[in-house]
Amino acid sequence: MSPREVVVLGYGMAGARLADEIRRRDPGAERVRLTVIGDEPHHAYNRVLLSAVVAGSMRPDSVRLHDEQWARRHGIDLRLGVAALGIDRAARTVALDDGTSVGYDALVFATGSTPWLPPVEGLTGEHGELAEGAVTFRSLGDCERILDAARVGAPVAVLGGGLLGLEAARGLAGRGNLVTVVHPAEHVLERQLDAGAGRVLARALGEFGIDFRLGRTAAKYLPGDGLKLDDGSHVDADLVVVSAGVRAETALASAAGIAVDRGIVVDDALRTSDGRVHAIGDCAQHPGTVSGLVQPAWEQAGVLADLLTGSDPSARYRGTSVVTRLKARGIDLAALGETHVETGDPDAEVLCVDDPARGRYAKLVLRDDRVTGAIVLGLPDAAATITQLHDRGSPAPGDRLGLLLGRALPSAAPAAASPADLPAATTVCRCNSVTKGQLVDAWRAGAASAEQLTTATRAGTGCGGCADTVRGIADWLASTA
Amino acid sequence: MTLTAESTTPSDTRTQTDTHCPYCALQCGMTVSGTAEVAPRAFPTNAGGLCQKGWTSAALLGSPARLTTPLVRVDGELRPASWDNALDLVASRLARLRAEHGADSVAVFGGGGLTNEKSYLLGKFARVALGTSQIDYNGRFCMSSAAAAGTKAFGLDRGLPFPLTDLADADAVVLVGANPAETMPPFGQHLRGAAAAGGLVVVDPRRTPTAEQANLHLAPAPGTDLALALGILHAVVADGLLDQSYLDQRTSGFDAVWRIVAGYWPEHVERITGVAAADQRRVAALLAGARNAYVLTARGAEQHATGVATVSAWINLALALGLPGRAGSGYGCLTGQGNGQGGREHGQKADQLPGYRAITDPVAREHVARVWGVPADTLPGPGRSAYELLDALGTDDGPKALLVFGSNVAVSAPDSRRVAERLSSLDLLVTADLVLSETSALADVVLPVTQWAEEDGTMTNLEGRILLRRKAVRAPEGVRTDLDVLSGLAARLGQPDGRFPADAETVFTELRAASAGGPADYSGVSYARLRDGEALHWPVPDEAHPGTPRLFLDRFAHADGRARFQPVEHKGPAEPPDADYPLLATTGRVLQHYQSGAQTRAIAELADSVPEAYVEVHPDTAARSGLADGDLARVTSRRGATTARVHCVASMRTDVVFLPFHFPGDQRANLLTNPALDPTSRMPEFKVCAVRMTTEDGAA
Ligand SMILES: Cc1cc2nc3c(=O)[nH]c(=O)nc-3n(C[C@H](O)[C@H](O)[C@H](O)COP(=O)(O)OP(=O)(O)OC[C@H]3O[C@@H](n4cnc5c(N)ncnc54)[C@H](O)[C@@H]3O)c2cc1C
Ligand code: SF4
Repeated sequence: MSPREVVVLGYGMAGARLADEIRRRDPGAERVRLTVIGDEPHHAYNRVLLSAVVAGSMRPDSVRLHDEQWARRHGIDLRLGVAALGIDRAARTVALDDGTSVGYDALVFATGSTPWLPPVEGLTGEHGELAEGAVTFRSLGDCERILDAARVGAPVAVLGGGLLGLEAARGLAGRGNLVTVVHPAEHVLERQLDAGAGRVLARALGEFGIDFRLGRTAAKYLPGDGLKLDDGSHVDADLVVVSAGVRAETALASAAGIAVDRGIVVDDALRTSDGRVHAIGDCAQHPGTVSGLVQPAWEQAGVLADLLTGSDPSARYRGTSVVTRLKARGIDLAALGETHVETGDPDAEVLCVDDPARGRYAKLVLRDDRVTGAIVLGLPDAAATITQLHDRGSPAPGDRLGLLLGRALPSAAPAAASPADLPAATTVCRCNSVTKGQLVDAWRAGAASAEQLTTATRAGTGCGGCADTVRGIADWLASTA
Repeated sequence: MTLTAESTTPSDTRTQTDTHCPYCALQCGMTVSGTAEVAPRAFPTNAGGLCQKGWTSAALLGSPARLTTPLVRVDGELRPASWDNALDLVASRLARLRAEHGADSVAVFGGGGLTNEKSYLLGKFARVALGTSQIDYNGRFCMSSAAAAGTKAFGLDRGLPFPLTDLADADAVVLVGANPAETMPPFGQHLRGAAAAGGLVVVDPRRTPTAEQANLHLAPAPGTDLALALGILHAVVADGLLDQSYLDQRTSGFDAVWRIVAGYWPEHVERITGVAAADQRRVAALLAGARNAYVLTARGAEQHATGVATVSAWINLALALGLPGRAGSGYGCLTGQGNGQGGREHGQKADQLPGYRAITDPVAREHVARVWGVPADTLPGPGRSAYELLDALGTDDGPKALLVFGSNVAVSAPDSRRVAERLSSLDLLVTADLVLSETSALADVVLPVTQWAEEDGTMTNLEGRILLRRKAVRAPEGVRTDLDVLSGLAARLGQPDGRFPADAETVFTELRAASAGGPADYSGVSYARLRDGEALHWPVPDEAHPGTPRLFLDRFAHADGRARFQPVEHKGPAEPPDADYPLLATTGRVLQHYQSGAQTRAIAELADSVPEAYVEVHPDTAARSGLADGDLARVTSRRGATTARVHCVASMRTDVVFLPFHFPGDQRANLLTNPALDPTSRMPEFKVCAVRMTTEDGAA
């Protein structure tokens, strides 16, 4: 049997992962012959880490996921810097912008998403290109442009207080830029956070020198000067980072007559309306998940690799519950599930802690003892536990406050009790299973010092960690004698 | 060649003989008097400390549970027999099976508690007297993953490539899947410096007594330790903490590792492991900021179907920070069994010959065959690994007879119901044992043997230091040493006189020659030097050589002198939880018991402290199963069910239960465990399997 021709459009996080997963199942290219088309000039890189590149903690070349030999090593026909122009579904070919075309048995869209440009006067030129001094934040190329433009101390405006905008803002503030975030809603991250959390977050980011203009939109961009907002106020900016949201990249699919809604519509087998054509990642729209994050893209890649290689024809993608994690130094924020349920809600159990002075905010939504939503800001270890409970659908522990606050909750154990208060059954020396009661008995039987207690009971002869306690008990016994 | 100590000590009851504890790899120094009284002795590893097991160890010497006469099964019952009858019977049945079904129809199973001499002679006995390739040992269940990972990374595996006392100067120590506060308590003394400096980090799904002492406890979901190492390594790179000049000068392969690790940023890893991204970064900063730092792994990292990869991931982290091979810092594996180190060096492992040589290496075969006085081509090749060997017993192409030395596989092997079934399908099961362990109770012939204080022998402790254990008391009447047993069987199988000596020092002298030139070279170690108290860490290539306390200071053992990063990926547990088996079970040890408990359960003081199997569980999880503290629970996996007393522990993760594996019969934790094996080390996945918990009568 000759291998199937699989063509992947897009060599981003989903496309690269799909190729890796296919070769993991079919290392010898016996079942699948693979062609990957990517219009960026680089080998696949980890887009998620671009925020770290902007923040300066990572170099551009350290976010790469594949090296130059990757394609050759795995027998993959990789076309770098080549864009797909059109699809002929009847002939099963894809036309490329280098004038060639490739045929397929199965085609996969992994074309990701593209930044949405808000209608701001002067932001784009007549062909839709961005004006001088304005940059989107999506690709490695964008990062390089941002870093070139954002000289230390220069004022920067960030259009959009979503995840990307806030990560860029934090990164640039850390580099010494004067950053202003312009955001149309009344609080940042309004999709993921309730108003309280949004407030605490903006305040915490403010501590790093970031200014916010909330409930405002940009009306006009003047290169070299800055932004004029809808209330007539002005924001200085040598650079404008546009992070106002993304749109699934669906143009090729809809031109080919494939069903498209917000994204390319797929079923549980990640099939589009054409059974030979699949879609994964940011460009795909599956009812079980919100797109725009990498976790669903990777899980979809795993399922589709099972299907395309025939390793598991029954594999299905059922959706991913997403967790929002802001990657901004000094800020620890996680949000998941339903976060807009209020504490008074009669149908859900909702707990909320609001501690703006310490940059902490926590909200927990439970139904039937399961976590269905949470916002955890400034309480890092609690976030980790809550996320796992949510992912695994396990019942939450009865100690809700302990869950909500994690290590921030003072431990319930009383401070070191005096020897007199220790119950007799308390183990003093774990290495030798010696209880306080046994030490007291040994004292009564004639041991008259810490050393003699040790000889009589072996307490303190293992790791020696209880030596002080034994001495304390000896002192106490001596004083009560 | 008699030892002076041997000729005087046992008869003179006042003499204190310097020796070492019979149990774990810390091999605490102790003295044993002629009347079998134990006292701690100052020795670098234990600094005068002993745990309860060590203190009570002599109780087994004169215990009524001791076997003092060979037993032979007659009409389904084990009955006393004379040594001659028992050995004749074993030898003739082995010879017949060999003649009828070939040499591989007879198998041997050893243990990590056996002395170097026994391990060595057992391997030789299998390869020469029986001619079988089918020999392996229970060390597969302990240290094999770290051994394989260490060899891949450094070109050589020695648990700690530095003396334990070096830890005293560390300001950061990360313990991964290690619970020394229970498994080797005096070890804790070496962690005090790091704890005082705020740098003691413990990675364990449970809040163990060791985790209690930590400055930072990370509790990953069982089976996700590998991902955690990737997340911390990511943080090292992202936060600019990489030791680039060390990478350039002393390692290779980082780029391939980074391509993988780039996909494991801390927030992503948090979701896999449940360990906060902030804590991952904190560990990266702690290790990088320390003057002296160590990463130490143990069974918690190793006992997985991805054990080698997991240990490799932690070694990668240590390498990225430039720790291994630097004086005062490093990576090490905490060996568990008493002679876990020596036991894996001298040929009782399916793929090895003495001196830590590969059985497939023609030069090694030639060398060892010359020492043994046999043609190299008569030596068999590699055989099955421990679980695969047990799993094949009594099957069509599997062994029909098994000789067991120093192991209680009926309790300690994974999926123990299956193992017991395989053992009972054998034509012949022979054990050499101290007490009637659960495995011996199934045997056709049981040979009573001496234990530590009744014989001489060497052990190699967790630091690769060779120790002499000396005979301190007279053995009970009727008991023989394992060496004696092998010697007697070999003679009956037609081996020439002198090829299988029964005297420990004579065997050791031969071992030295066999190990000469190998990675674990003992040729310069002698009983005389050990008696003089010399601290000899292998390799010791000649008698003038002072030993090698610290390995890798100048170069690693690969041909190019560099350490090799290993590109490894997270896979997760072989058996994830699901609706039918919603909890993850993990297994381990308690302070009072050792391994399968065959020895320690026979000691009243220990058995009274921890008399029965228990299951540690979060109180909410217990309540959901209708259970309260102190109730009996039934814990069930796809392979079997076990009964255990509920211990409610508020610090447990709600999705995890813990069971110690020391108990017999229906209380065996290994009735549950999953024999999914690591592809390289063939280590079973003891540390995680999916279970459900119900009340004892099975109601949910
Ligand atoms: C700065 C930043 C930070 C982020 N942080 C997080 C985070 O913390 N967590 C998280 O889960 N997600 C995060 N994301 C989102 C995450 O990166 C995306 O969900 C993920 O990249 C989606 O993968 P994809 O392959 O679908 O799309 P992409 O990675 O965008 O890949 C699509 C590729 O296809 C190419 N392409 C498009 N059209 C064509 C064509 N016609 N011909 C050829 N090639 C084409 C594109 O150029 C691109 O290379 C972040 C994104 C950014 C930009
Ligand atoms: S069991 Fe280990 S820690 Fe305990 S005394 Fe023996 S050697 Fe020491």
